[in-house]
Amino acid sequence: MKKNIDKKNNGKVSSPDVVNSHTGGSWAYTEKVKSHFFNPQNILLVDPEKETYDAEGIVGSPACGDVMRVWLKIDQAKDKIIDFKWKTFGCASAIAATSILSVMITEKGGMKIDRALKIKPGDIVRRLDGVPDRKIHCSVLSDKALRAALNAWFKKTGQFERVSAEGSKIIDPYVKVTEADIEKAVLGGAFTLKQVQEKTKVGIGYPECIPATEELIRFYCEKHFGK
Amino acid sequence: MLKKKIYLDYASTTPLDKKVFMAMKPYFFEKFGNPGNLYHSGRVAKKAIDIARRKMEKIINCDPGEIIFNASATEADNLAILGIARANKKFGNKIIISNIEHKGIHSSARLLVDEDFDVVEIPVGSNGLISPGKISKALDKKTILVSVTYADSETGTVQPIEKISKVIKKFRAGKGAPPYFHTDASQAFSYLDSDVKKLGVDAMTISAHKIYGPKGIAALYIRKGIAMTPVIIGGGQQNNLRSGTQNVPAIVGFAESAVITKRMRKKEYLRLKKLRDILEKGIFRMVPKVVLNGHPQNRLPNFLNVSFLDIEGEAALLYFDNANVEVSTGSACDSETLEPSRVLLALGRSYEHVHGSIRFSLGRHTTAEEIRQVLRIIPGIIKKLRVISPLDLKLNESKKISRPEAFAGGRAPHFLRNKK
Repeated sequence: MKKNIDKKNNGKVSSPDVVNSHTGGSWAYTEKVKSHFFNPQNILLVDPEKETYDAEGIVGSPACGDVMRVWLKIDQAKDKIIDFKWKTFGCASAIAATSILSVMITEKGGMKIDRALKIKPGDIVRRLDGVPDRKIHCSVLSDKALRAALNAWFKKTGQFERVSAEGSKIIDPYVKVTEADIEKAVLGGAFTLKQVQEKTKVGIGYPECIPATEELIRFYCEKHFGK
Repeated sequence: MLKKKIYLDYASTTPLDKKVFMAMKPYFFEKFGNPGNLYHSGRVAKKAIDIARRKMEKIINCDPGEIIFNASATEADNLAILGIARANKKFGNKIIISNIEHKGIHSSARLLVDEDFDVVEIPVGSNGLISPGKISKALDKKTILVSVTYADSETGTVQPIEKISKVIKKFRAGKGAPPYFHTDASQAFSYLDSDVKKLGVDAMTISAHKIYGPKGIAALYIRKGIAMTPVIIGGGQQNNLRSGTQNVPAIVGFAESAVITKRMRKKEYLRLKKLRDILEKGIFRMVPKVVLNGHPQNRLPNFLNVSFLDIEGEAALLYFDNANVEVSTGSACDSETLEPSRVLLALGRSYEHVHGSIRFSLGRHTTAEEIRQVLRIIPGIIKKLRVISPLDLKLNESKKISRPEAFAGGRAPHFLRNKK
């Protein structure tokens, strides 16, 4: 095992250990992903009584292959998340991404809501020492699930100005994709609707938003790449 | 975790038989010649191919010169579809395939659409079977080729090939002209009689690495007298139908593996069916919310494809792998394209079901003890993943949740929409 670990690269495991049985293609899951996948942290084990948790959020659809559900306990006076429980239907990186996010939120006795809102998919991917490119959308969903739960909390406590954080408009309410997500996808090299959908799942469950999405893609392509 | 690895993915590939390897070995070293050469080394190689070819002709009961060696079943399928269609365009432009064909056939047929061919996909019934009546109705004067898999590679459902060939022969009414009938027997060959005369097929694909032979070699049987244009062109080997120096050791190994497979066929059929049934019954007894994919009876004896509801297949596959058991899944997450299994969707399974599908395929080295061990670990793995999962799908509600047309928002997901 030691041989596989490259110390210069933050202990990132370089050898592929998952092989696609149909195509023979292989991809790498890091030790971190594997550890959270096989020993997920902070799972909700029994369905909670009403009011046990302060807020709940869900994103994804079973047909798409990923569903994440998040339960939060919040200390309103301190504006802090003090507990984070979850359940996820999805592949290894989806499960690992929710697990590591729950650890990130709860590891130091909780996290201020403002800080939690700033967690980006990239932060989650980094904490997992990376996930395969085409699996990034799985971790993209876990921060959306957290945000969905926080939005529910804001609505419940009348803090409507804090709903849909970062001043970014939600484009697709099913997967909680925002304008900022579209911009990020374009910056990440997605220039067509299909490519953006592969990264964000925008419009798959809510096709009404596709015209707006296409317009945004054109806008951000022009803004960042002049094309 | 189990100490010894248990391989239950024989439908994906099989280990090389040692006897096959020994038969191949000389052709890598001292008998390395090119069969296209006239001098002694060339003649030795050519003779080896001729002997191998004769062995295979005998096994599938075809006439001399009716087998073309290819580098893979995919290539053989490509040659069958593209080659027969292109050479017989003067007779018509319609091709009929089932909607559960292997991608080697499906993609070839799609390619032909750009060449003004008309491709008709016959959907399987909910039991996974192609109805010969539906084929009969689809046949018309323009039809030149029909291709239906002998047994598909995901559920192992066995299609009524003899009945379909009768329908086609009746339509031809004694004339030798098209429509011709091709079948891919890659999965079926190990366990079912693959006599081309009994089956009544005009072309048939078989693959070596599914029958304990080497990878990189397959064969296309094509009945004499059927016009076919090559896909791979060059030096004119194999009657100009498949150029390229023949892979002599692989061809020798292929024939050897076919001989052994045929010899073991009946015994292995009964032995594996018994083990598969133990596995199937065990899973259904111990695990709630499981759906069988494929035909309950008309199925290859080594196939078991089930959907464990509420869990995702790639996650399950990796938990199995972690427990030293190797299986496969039709989940989108496990595919390069992130597309769920076309075959399972064709059977009318909802996306949720397909995402949770696991294929167990048994083979020559599977033992009763292995099946017992696998059965011991399955309930725990499924239970653990269900604890993590937020879903609680109902068995009988499956159809209501999401067929493509019932997908949230009323539109199919991106991977379906952009297909057309």
